[in-house]
Amino acid sequence: MAIDDLDVLKISGTAIPIPGSDMDTDQIAPADSMTELAYSKASMLPYLFRDARKKDPNHPLNNPNYEGASIMVVGRNFGAGSSRETAPQAIMSYGISALVGESFATIFEGNCREIGMPAVTASHDIIEELMELTVREPKTIYTLDILSKTLSWSEGTYRPIELPESTKITLMHGNVLQMLKNNHPKIAPVANSLPYINGFE
Amino acid sequence: MSSDTLYEKVFGRHVVDVLPTGQYQIFIGFQPLHDVTTSPAFEMVKEANGKVAYPQLNIATADHMVPTTSMARPFSDPKAEALMDALERNARQYGIEFLGPESGKQGIVHIIGPERGLTQPGITIACGDSHTSTHGAFGALAFGIGTTQVRYVLETQTLAVDRLKVRQIHFKGELSKGVYAKDVILYTISQLGVGGGKGFAYEYGGSIVDKMTMEERMTICNMSIEGGALVGYVNPDNTTFDYLRGRERAPRGEAFERAVKYWKSIASEPNAQYDDTVVFQGKEIEPTVTWGINPGHAIGISQRMPELSKILDESERKSAEKAYAHMKLTQGELICGTPIDVAFIGSCTNGRLSDLEAASQVLKGRKVADSVVLLVVPGSYEVKRQAEELGLDRIFTEAGAQWRGAGCSMCLGMNPDKLTGYQMSASSSNRNFIGRQGSPNGRTLLMSPAMVAAAAVEGRVTDVRQYLR
Repeated sequence: MAIDDLDVLKISGTAIPIPGSDMDTDQIAPADSMTELAYSKASMLPYLFRDARKKDPNHPLNNPNYEGASIMVVGRNFGAGSSRETAPQAIMSYGISALVGESFATIFEGNCREIGMPAVTASHDIIEELMELTVREPKTIYTLDILSKTLSWSEGTYRPIELPESTKITLMHGNVLQMLKNNHPKIAPVANSLPYINGFE
Repeated sequence: MSSDTLYEKVFGRHVVDVLPTGQYQIFIGFQPLHDVTTSPAFEMVKEANGKVAYPQLNIATADHMVPTTSMARPFSDPKAEALMDALERNARQYGIEFLGPESGKQGIVHIIGPERGLTQPGITIACGDSHTSTHGAFGALAFGIGTTQVRYVLETQTLAVDRLKVRQIHFKGELSKGVYAKDVILYTISQLGVGGGKGFAYEYGGSIVDKMTMEERMTICNMSIEGGALVGYVNPDNTTFDYLRGRERAPRGEAFERAVKYWKSIASEPNAQYDDTVVFQGKEIEPTVTWGINPGHAIGISQRMPELSKILDESERKSAEKAYAHMKLTQGELICGTPIDVAFIGSCTNGRLSDLEAASQVLKGRKVADSVVLLVVPGSYEVKRQAEELGLDRIFTEAGAQWRGAGCSMCLGMNPDKLTGYQMSASSSNRNFIGRQGSPNGRTLLMSPAMVAAAAVEGRVTDVRQYLR
C-alpha cells in the first residue's frame, strides 16, 4: 500500500453530534435537493438538515462551535428511507469526512462508501459517550483510524469501531467503477447466459 | 446461511466476479430511470467521456417532479422543466427508450415496469429509488441505489454488492374483510421495526400471500425498504405467470412457455434454508394507521397510541417523543377520530387500478367532507385510462375528489402537490417522515386507500370496515 493510501484511512478533527434514531434522508436533505442537475459542494450545502436548522436555533448545525467538524456522530438506523445520494453529498459538503453511528440504513451506508465518506459503527454506550463529550467539549480532536478500527481522543482514550471490509477496501482502492470495468470481458458472457436477455429465444 | 432460496439462485446466475473489496459484481438486467437522481449520473458519465454499455436494458420515464394537473410544456416549475429536458436529452443522446408524455405510457417507474411486462421473475433490477423493492413481487431481485451507482450501471450494467441474508416472513390464516395488503405490510414493519431488515432480503409467503393478486404483492414488496430490508420478494407462481401473459414486453408464444420454465426454476425450493423465519397470523391484523414519524409507528385502528412510559427501549422512546411533538397527537388516545385536512390516494405503494377500485367502493354515492381536500392520482397513464373505462373517475369527481394525471404527486413534495402549514394528511403513500409531503410542519397518517377514502368522507380517521358491511 502506498503512503497516500494510509492518509485516507486516518481522519482527524472535531466532531458534531446529530442525536436521534431512525434519522431519515428526507430530514437530512429534503426532496428539493434532488432538483439539482449535478452535485457540488455549493449546490448541496444549503439542503443539509435545512428544515430542522430553520425550526431549531439550537440545532448543532447552527452552533459555530462545530464549524469545521470532520466527523459526524449519529444514532441508530441513520439514513433510513429514500436512496437519495444528496443526503451523504450534503453531509460531505459541510466538510465531514466520516460518520460514526450506532447503525446505518443499507442504501445510505452504500452511498457513503461510494463517495468516499466512510460510515462506521460503535456500540450504543460509545455513541452515548461521544454525544455527551461533543456537547461538553466541542473542540475535542478525534482520530478515526480505519486500519486499527479505533476512535481515539486525548492520550490513551481508544474506543473500538466497526465497518464493513468492503468500505475499508473501497477507501484504499478508491475506484469501484474501475474495478467493475476491469472485468469487462467477463460481463458479456454472464449477460448472454441469462435466458431473458435474449428474449428466451 | 440460507440456501436454495430464490435470492441465492437469482444472485448466483448474475455474478460476474468477486471483487477485491470482497463484494460480488453482479449483472443488472433492467435499470429503470426517472426524472430525479439520474441527471447527476449522466453528468458524471459525460465528464469522464464514458459510454452507456447496454442502453437497451435501461428505460426512462418521468414521475417525481411532473405536475398532475397538466403535462403541457414547459412546466410552470423551471426546475422540473430543466430535469425533464435533461432526461429527454440524455435518453436521446445515449439511445435509451423514453416513455414520456407522447407515448401514453408514462407513469411511476414501479408501476410501469410491471404494467409493460418489463418486470419479470428471475431478473435483477436496480434503480435510483428505494422503492425498487416493489418489483420483487414478481420474484425479481430488485433494489434501490444511489446516483453514483446509477452511473456504474449506465457504464457497465453491473454493480458491486454484498450478499444479503434471507428472512422468510410467513403469513398464516386469512385476512378479514377491510384488511388490505397495506395493512399487512404496515403491521409487519410495526412488529419487526424500521431497521429490523438491515442486511436481509425479505421473502414473503404463506397462504395469505399465495392468495394475493400481483398488485397486492407489489404493495407488500414496495415497503420492504421501510422495514430496512433492501430487497423483498414473493416466489413466482401461476398468479405471476397469468399477470405477465400477453403484456407488451413479456415473451410471447413458445418463448413464453420457455420463460415460465425459467421462472419456475428460480423459485425457492420447498426445503430451502433461511437465516431467519418469522410467522404472523392474519387474524391479528386489522386496518392499520401510523401515528408517528416513521412507518414503524403503526397501530391497529382499534388500538391506542403508545404511552411513553411503557416504551422500554430508550431510542424508541425518544423517537416516540419526537413523533408526538411533531404530530401534535396525545399518547394513550385512539388514533381513530383524528381530524384530517388532506387525503391522498396514489403513489408507487397504492396507485394501481385495484387501489382505486377499493377507494371507489367507499366513495360511491358519498361525499368528501367539506373540510377535506381529496386527491386521487393514478400511478400511470395506463392506470388512468383503465380507471376511466370503468367510470371510477366519475365516482371520484361526484364525491368531490380531484381526479389527476399520473405521477408521484403528494407522496414526496417535489411537485406542485404539497401539504401546507400544519395540515394533517391521510395518505396511501409509504412515508410519514417529517416534511415528507412538502411542508416542514405537515403531518402524515399512512393507511390503505380504502381507509383514506373513509377518512376523507368522515373528515377524520375512521374504521373502513363499517363502510363495507
